[in-house]
Amino acid sequence: MLTLENVAQAYGRKQVLQNVSFELAAGEIGCLLGPSGCGKTTALRLVAGFESLQSGRILLDGGQVAGPDQALPPERRRLGLVFQDYALFPHLSVTGNIGFGLGSLPRREREARVDEMLRLVGLSQEARQYPHQLSGGQQQRVALARALAPRPRLLLLDEPFSNLDVELREKLSIEVRDILKHEGITALLVTHDQHEAFAMADQVGVMHAGVIQQWGTPYDLYHRPRNRFVAGFIGQGVLLPGVVRSAHQVQVELGMLQGVDAAECDGGSCLTFGIGTEVEVLIRPDDILHDDDSPLQAEVERRAFRGAEFLYTLRLPSGARVLTQVSSHHDHAIGEKIGIRLDVGHVVAFRRPPPDAPRGRA
Amino acid sequence: MRKLLLASLALLVTAASASAAEVVVYSARIEQLIKPLFDAYTKETGVQVKFVTDKEGPLMARLKAEGKNTPADLLITVDAGNLWQASDQGLLRPVESRILEANIPAHLRDPGKEWFGLSVRARTLVYNKNRVKAGELSTYEDLASPKWKDRLCLRTSKKVYNQSLVAMLIGEHGEPKTETMVRGWVDNLATAPFPDDTKALEAVAAGLCDVTLVNTYYFGRLMQKKPNLPLAIFWPNQNTGAGNAGVHVNVSGAGVTRYAKHPEEAIRLLEWLSSDKAQNLYADMNMEYPANPAIKPDPLVASWGSFKPNLINVAEAGRLQVRAVKLMDRAGYK
Amino acid sequence: MPWPLIAAAPPRGGSRLSAALAPWLAVLPIALISVIPVLVVVSSLVNPDRETWDHLWQYELPEVLGNSFWLVLGVGLGVTVLGVSLAWLTATCHFPGRAFFNWALLLPLALPAYVTAFVWLGLLDFSGPLATWLRETHGILRLPPIRSRGGVILVMSLAFYPYVYLTARVAFQGQGRRLMEAAQSLGLSRQAAFWRVALPMARPGIVAGLMLALMETLADFGTVAVFNYNTFTTSIYKAWFSLFSLPAASQLASLLIFFVLIVALLEYQSRARRSYAVSTRAASTPGRIRLRGWRAALALAWCGVVFTLAFALPAGQILAWAAGVWAADFDARYLQFAWHSLLLSGLGALLVGGLAMTLAYAQRLHPTPAMRVTARLSTLGYALPGAVLAVGFFIPVAWLDNLLIDHLGFAGQTLGGTLVVMLLAYCTRFLAVSFGPVESGLTRVSRSVDEAAQSLGVVGARRLWRIHLPMLRVSMLSAAALTFVDLMKELPITLMTRPFGWDTLAVRVFEMTSEGEWERAALPAAAIALVGLLPVVFLMRNTEHAHT
Repeated sequence: MLTLENVAQAYGRKQVLQNVSFELAAGEIGCLLGPSGCGKTTALRLVAGFESLQSGRILLDGGQVAGPDQALPPERRRLGLVFQDYALFPHLSVTGNIGFGLGSLPRREREARVDEMLRLVGLSQEARQYPHQLSGGQQQRVALARALAPRPRLLLLDEPFSNLDVELREKLSIEVRDILKHEGITALLVTHDQHEAFAMADQVGVMHAGVIQQWGTPYDLYHRPRNRFVAGFIGQGVLLPGVVRSAHQVQVELGMLQGVDAAECDGGSCLTFGIGTEVEVLIRPDDILHDDDSPLQAEVERRAFRGAEFLYTLRLPSGARVLTQVSSHHDHAIGEKIGIRLDVGHVVAFRRPPPDAPRGRA
Repeated sequence: MRKLLLASLALLVTAASASAAEVVVYSARIEQLIKPLFDAYTKETGVQVKFVTDKEGPLMARLKAEGKNTPADLLITVDAGNLWQASDQGLLRPVESRILEANIPAHLRDPGKEWFGLSVRARTLVYNKNRVKAGELSTYEDLASPKWKDRLCLRTSKKVYNQSLVAMLIGEHGEPKTETMVRGWVDNLATAPFPDDTKALEAVAAGLCDVTLVNTYYFGRLMQKKPNLPLAIFWPNQNTGAGNAGVHVNVSGAGVTRYAKHPEEAIRLLEWLSSDKAQNLYADMNMEYPANPAIKPDPLVASWGSFKPNLINVAEAGRLQVRAVKLMDRAGYK
Repeated sequence: MPWPLIAAAPPRGGSRLSAALAPWLAVLPIALISVIPVLVVVSSLVNPDRETWDHLWQYELPEVLGNSFWLVLGVGLGVTVLGVSLAWLTATCHFPGRAFFNWALLLPLALPAYVTAFVWLGLLDFSGPLATWLRETHGILRLPPIRSRGGVILVMSLAFYPYVYLTARVAFQGQGRRLMEAAQSLGLSRQAAFWRVALPMARPGIVAGLMLALMETLADFGTVAVFNYNTFTTSIYKAWFSLFSLPAASQLASLLIFFVLIVALLEYQSRARRSYAVSTRAASTPGRIRLRGWRAALALAWCGVVFTLAFALPAGQILAWAAGVWAADFDARYLQFAWHSLLLSGLGALLVGGLAMTLAYAQRLHPTPAMRVTARLSTLGYALPGAVLAVGFFIPVAWLDNLLIDHLGFAGQTLGGTLVVMLLAYCTRFLAVSFGPVESGLTRVSRSVDEAAQSLGVVGARRLWRIHLPMLRVSMLSAAALTFVDLMKELPITLMTRPFGWDTLAVRVFEMTSEGEWERAALPAAAIALVGLLPVVFLMRNTEHAHT
């Protein structure tokens, strides 16, 4: 449905995108996730056609919309866009905004489509109001309905929830996903918020420094990060030093990890590291279980109450820190020692950088 | 269809074209002081007079830019200096007319016959009757003497009336002496120069200063409105002997443009304006003096008394005007 | 497949070229009309009149440069303080009388500044009623002189602050309350929030108005002449009218233009790096801060004092004078003068507004340095004294006329003395008046709004019609109303380019004042004010309800 092939873009000397390639199937929701300045918005604007492509190709429905010598202007790409600031037209009512892109339809059909969209986003009551009379969430939904009304081939969303408060953000992102799935719409989302990305997207590309670091499902990104950056950017966790003991075993302070899944490592299997290689192993909070009977003890250094659970930061005897999520009946004070045990499904390890190199923080 | 389009376009972008029995005037004399005359002329002769008013500077720039295609036949100004300039820049043409030469005294018209004065404006002294005795006053030159320290009010030197007065004084005394005298005026000022004659008159009446220099019609207008003001006219430089050449007069006048399309009509209008039929109207509307000596001024104007005018040709004032302006700048007369 | 195949898309090179050329096709004619008169003036530098120049340099310019400097500084400060404070109060606060002052504070624009100046001179000078009364009853011999630098600055600030008031007000209104609330939530006091958020955000609007006020100050002749305060402009007129050197006058005017150009470009540079677009959400919260107690009283008093001094008092005096001469002077011709004024100002405002919109819009679509500079150059005419610009405009027109007559066989006059030429001449002078509000309005439309429309398939003229024109309605109304009121008062261009018989109310004022008959000038001046009120009231009614 949407294909980017080797897209690269530079402004002056600054290389904004390098070698960006990915594909979205029809009905799929993709997301470019990354910190600000990573190039994700540029990628989105290239797809939309607001920037002219310097190298690579962009295809929609198998047809090229942008290449080194060709560009279909934005208005002819038939895309829907939801902007970060919504960009609602202040002089038009909700109905006027939603019907804006339907100018070519006969009046009757236009009205029917607007009604349909109003129902879809649940704003039938507000049809005659003007943008400034609506709440943030309502404005967001108007922006969505406006973009969807002309039945775009692809919907682009630029940080669509960043102007909303956290609670509304979660609620809306689920709502929007349901709408998109219900309508079978292919969409590409750009965000810096992984919760938003995970809640919305089927496929996520983590971007950093103009490069897609990893493209995959949220599950993969979390559990099988391909590099230190993805490991650090997605989810919580720490990197613990360890040593490869055998093809399937890595020794860390907490014990021997069994790489039963044939562990993913930096660029492939840990087997390539060789026995004795010093590595760092990604330990997620869910890799460590609280077990009062365990001989392995760690001191509670910080704790964050999250309702159903606590997130404890624990200090190991060596001074290294790990995180664990524990059901909130287990209320331990700071300084207390608690028993823990490892439950690692698969090992993610990276070669340990030389001591003078900057260390990846997880 | 195309013809219609062209015709309507032509209507939008072309001015009405000139017809035979008309004369076109560029006038620096304002509408209410000139239109009644034109109306009377049209009524009498059937000749249409088309005119625009503006300041002299833009009118002359306009004449110059339009060159030989100018629509203007006649240029009217309110001072001789600008007429002299127009003539100097080749914008006017000489006119041979017995009538004009008979009606207008020689000192009120261009020796080169390119322009003619039509009304006379006298610039004289006005003083506060409560604070000054008429005997204390004598001449323009005397206003520079220390006895008038902080007692003099003047209008700005930017006004052409003052420029031509100083030009006349230069003609009489030469530049160095005139400059000393103007410096004396500036030293005697009670307050910064005023934007117009009326303001200066009001300041004299209010007692801010005792004497000022104005054109008589401003005095006439103000006294008509407020007859109780303690103001009186004094005619300076009336004695016989050196330094008593008479009251400085300037003219409002006119000349036929060099590229006039209707020169005969323009001359006829000019002649008519100098005739007894027009002279009273021309002068009386603004309480000025008729240029034609055969015509008596308005009774109110006559009531201010008669005076000996300076008979130096008003063209001299035009010729010396730029020098007068520079001299006043040097003397610090703002 | 309903969608066009990719092959249908034009090659990028071609489309880019034509896309880059199209706006220039619209902008260049406008720029030429506006720039040629300025160039004619500047071309005088090629052939300097050394003699006149030396004299002016020695005796005139030292004083005049200082005077102009202080005047610009003083009036700049004055109009900013008055305009911004009043705009802030009426746009964002609620206090008794706000609804009235909201539009009434614009009224000083409807009075020709030099008439206001004359009224003030009459009231406050030594021979005026106030000084006379103080002298006779309290023995106070002298007031601070009104005919002084301070007096000129005060009167001009009172006359020109509405430019800043209007543009700042539109800017403050566009901000809404949320920005202020955001700032206050960050721990800023309301005052600090005003200084650090609301004021900087309104800067393009304030500066647009300030530039207009200052250009008008620099170009003004009538007002400073009333005070006999010598400025650069009076020197220009002196060189022309008294020393009969149009070249020297043009050279001085060129310097003036050069100076204004530098200031305009500097200002633009400093502004170009920032964005002032306000998202629809932030701008969306209406509602004003309700002032109570002494604060409300203070706001009311401040608006009242400024309104009285800038409008009520001079307008009252003008009306009193007008009533005195009504019986003698009013005749049927006044209806004709008024009709001419209305027609010319109305057509002029439409034309100038349309051209300014074209210019500002081309600049938005193609924000290249060349386009920006061209736009700036096109608005320079406002800084020139009107009569100088009028000559600069008239010379090429007369040249073209002569060409047509001599070589193409046209009979009589062809261009000069037609309404079309007159309206175009208005454009050269007043483009700046319309351009400022429209441009600052455009900067407040977020780019994503453009892109949203584009992604919905609406581009080009349709986007202009459906998005920008409606969103800019307030700015365009401001521009048109400002231009209309300015045109009602315009004199030198009207005098020089009007067809025979096309006298206006402003021409009438000129006829009266040029022989010192100020009382009689009050009648046409009052008529200008009355006719000028219409657009002001209309404008305010429209801007008040901009969001409903």
